[in-house]
Amino acid sequence: MANIYLDHNATTALDSRVLDAMLPWMRNQSGNPTSRHVYGRSARDAVEHARTQVAEACGAYPSQVVFTAAGTESNNFAVKGIAAAKPGLQILTSAIEHPCVTRPALAMQQLGSVSHQIAVDANGKIDLTKLKAQLTVPTSLVSVMLANNETGVIQEVATIAEAARAAGAFMHTDAVQGLGKLKLDFSDLGVHAMTISSHKIHGPQGAAALVLDKRIDIQPLLHGGGQEKGLRSGTENVAAIVGFGAACELAVANLNHYAAHTQALRDQFEQGLQALNVVIFGNKVARLPNTSFFAVNGIEGETLVMALDRKGYAVASGSACSSDSTEPSHVLLAMGVHEDVARGAVRVSFGASNTAVQVADFLSTLKNEVLRLKQLTAMAA
Amino acid sequence: MSASIEMPVVKDAFNKDGLTHGAHSADLPPVYLDYSATTPVDPRVAAKMIPYLTEHFGNAASRSHPFGWTAEKAVENAREEVAKLVGADPREIVWTSGATESNNLAIKGAANFYSGKGKHIITVSTEHKAVIDAVRELERVGFTATYLEPEPNGLIDLEKFKAAIQPDTVLASVMLVNNEIGVIQDITAIGNICRENNVIFHVDAAQATGKVKIDLENLPVDLMSFSAHKTYGPKGVGALYVRRKPRIRIEAQMHGGGHERGMRSGTLATHQIVGMGEAFRIAREEMELENARIRRLRDKLLHGLETIEEVYVNGDLEQRVPHNLNISFNYVEGESLIMAVKGIAVSSGSACTSASLEPSYVLRALGRSDELAHSSIRFSIGRFTTEEDVDYTIELMKSKIGKLRELSPLWEMFKDGIDLSKVQWAAH
Repeated sequence: MANIYLDHNATTALDSRVLDAMLPWMRNQSGNPTSRHVYGRSARDAVEHARTQVAEACGAYPSQVVFTAAGTESNNFAVKGIAAAKPGLQILTSAIEHPCVTRPALAMQQLGSVSHQIAVDANGKIDLTKLKAQLTVPTSLVSVMLANNETGVIQEVATIAEAARAAGAFMHTDAVQGLGKLKLDFSDLGVHAMTISSHKIHGPQGAAALVLDKRIDIQPLLHGGGQEKGLRSGTENVAAIVGFGAACELAVANLNHYAAHTQALRDQFEQGLQALNVVIFGNKVARLPNTSFFAVNGIEGETLVMALDRKGYAVASGSACSSDSTEPSHVLLAMGVHEDVARGAVRVSFGASNTAVQVADFLSTLKNEVLRLKQLTAMAA
Repeated sequence: MSASIEMPVVKDAFNKDGLTHGAHSADLPPVYLDYSATTPVDPRVAAKMIPYLTEHFGNAASRSHPFGWTAEKAVENAREEVAKLVGADPREIVWTSGATESNNLAIKGAANFYSGKGKHIITVSTEHKAVIDAVRELERVGFTATYLEPEPNGLIDLEKFKAAIQPDTVLASVMLVNNEIGVIQDITAIGNICRENNVIFHVDAAQATGKVKIDLENLPVDLMSFSAHKTYGPKGVGALYVRRKPRIRIEAQMHGGGHERGMRSGTLATHQIVGMGEAFRIAREEMELENARIRRLRDKLLHGLETIEEVYVNGDLEQRVPHNLNISFNYVEGESLIMAVKGIAVSSGSACTSASLEPSYVLRALGRSDELAHSSIRFSIGRFTTEEDVDYTIELMKSKIGKLRELSPLWEMFKDGIDLSKVQWAAH
């Protein structure tokens, strides 16, 4: 049986070179970076070196990188931290954000903020006219993700940031899916805060960052020892941070090859999909090169994912965080996709290690499974 | 690749052979006696973690393929190991990124959830910064707080604790083992007082796991914070115990995918959780023998250092973990002391504040003068400390303290029998 991983937007395998960079910090030099002796100082140097690597990967200054434990934490920190510094104002998050952006925004309503969603069009893109109308109300924060984890659709974040700035609001973007897949430049985007994460780019889980324009007021999420210049207390996860830095350096070096390679696989895959009665979401606008989100007419996405899993192909029916539930994708509903169609959604996300042969095999398995499931449905009817 | 990420490493600092220093010289890395700041990862823990970095890399929340299932199973096994060490039900363990997050989640989470009941919080002035600063943050948003002063031995007077309780006291937070002086608070007695007064009780146990026996089934504790990297596990992972019977509720501080039954969202770092589970399993199985060995080393170190004149042990010696020895060296200037003892890696306060030159707030709370607080050293002994390490440390301290005092006019005056507290100093 095949054992092929096609779920790279959920998490990625650790690069062996990243592991090599991490191992000494897992095994040997385990000082606390705050300690003043040589064990502490070398751990501090390792963290600071990684900060430089992360900054270079996203067009930021090292001093703008605040390390956190996960993308979820970075998003919570940005949304709650910025909204708390300007209490009572409106928070705008797009309708297609990950729950770790929308839920903290809702939680801030307890403290007097008002949270509203920004609509997207049928292609999954922010409607700028509507957003500008919403911005006539005093707004603390606008949060719009750089690229959607399900559809891969890329937003025009720089334009949105300009509108937010013009209205006196701060702008945050969740760029977790953008890092390593697109050229990322914090200052060109013009945002005040940007979330990036390690385990989506062949780095370890347990490290992420909020890239931050430190001129803005932001409340920390974690209080304590005052690490990360007081913005994020807690002993630094040295090994994971070192791994994150190494993964960033590799991602930047590989970016052009990665984009061309995964896009070729995606094109091959979507070409093959034409033979089936499918709808591909977001394919009329710019998307991440590696992502394909589609639904086969008349087949439940969850059923197809399970069937593919039995054949050895790991794909997803939506984002991993919500794969517990059978609710249709909130991203597709926001795009105006009918609930029945949305229930059929399957996400395939390619990685650098996938090959054209794997895609061809996967396509033939997919076609067989679709045929089999359709026959089963017909028999049941 | 490797060339660009090379680190200024301490060569073989914690290697199997490097851990013991037969003969110390200036070229060798210092003897590590800072186990309360962080512990090296036990090689058995590292070995268990690595497969979850390589072949089993799935996202534990991915339910649609075996990559995710394998990760989830490993996470649940680790949860059982953590629960076993502390006498809890696995369902009472919530993963976090470390004790700082656990403390923040417990204190802000419980205070906010039960704020309708009252808005007063009791804690102790010698708590870790993660507790103090979380309480301060709550003060900023409308809570009030009492910071109890400990007795000179570092322990809380139960009567004073009782007296601090007000009708609207909602939460108390007292650490089990102090990070700087190692004293063990009477959690059972304090917890019982909390129960009688309907106050939620949180305990920071980051420094306690593997050192003191914890049985939450029989302890009157509602919330307890744990850390992996103080118990030979990896950095970046911790846990919060949240009692189920009677059920304690907390408001999530991190919102999102609804992981950890809604109490703490975020993708779990599977390898780190696996590492914490293994570290806590080893602690459970080996803690009795290990503590006996460490106690012998501590006693040896204490007896050796007591041969030096004018040294003061900070904190109670009986109600204390054997791993910690915090000593003030009188008539020695703090900064020059740290410079002089480079052959050992120790802390002159808690690691989290050692970047600042403020005298330790914990030692000052015990009533130590600024001078004595400045000239104090925390020696913390651990799994890989050897007899030779202790011998070396005693000899180093004897010789360095002797040299520093030779240069000290205060020491000379003390030796001449002058009462320094009565000296009138001229202003310069």
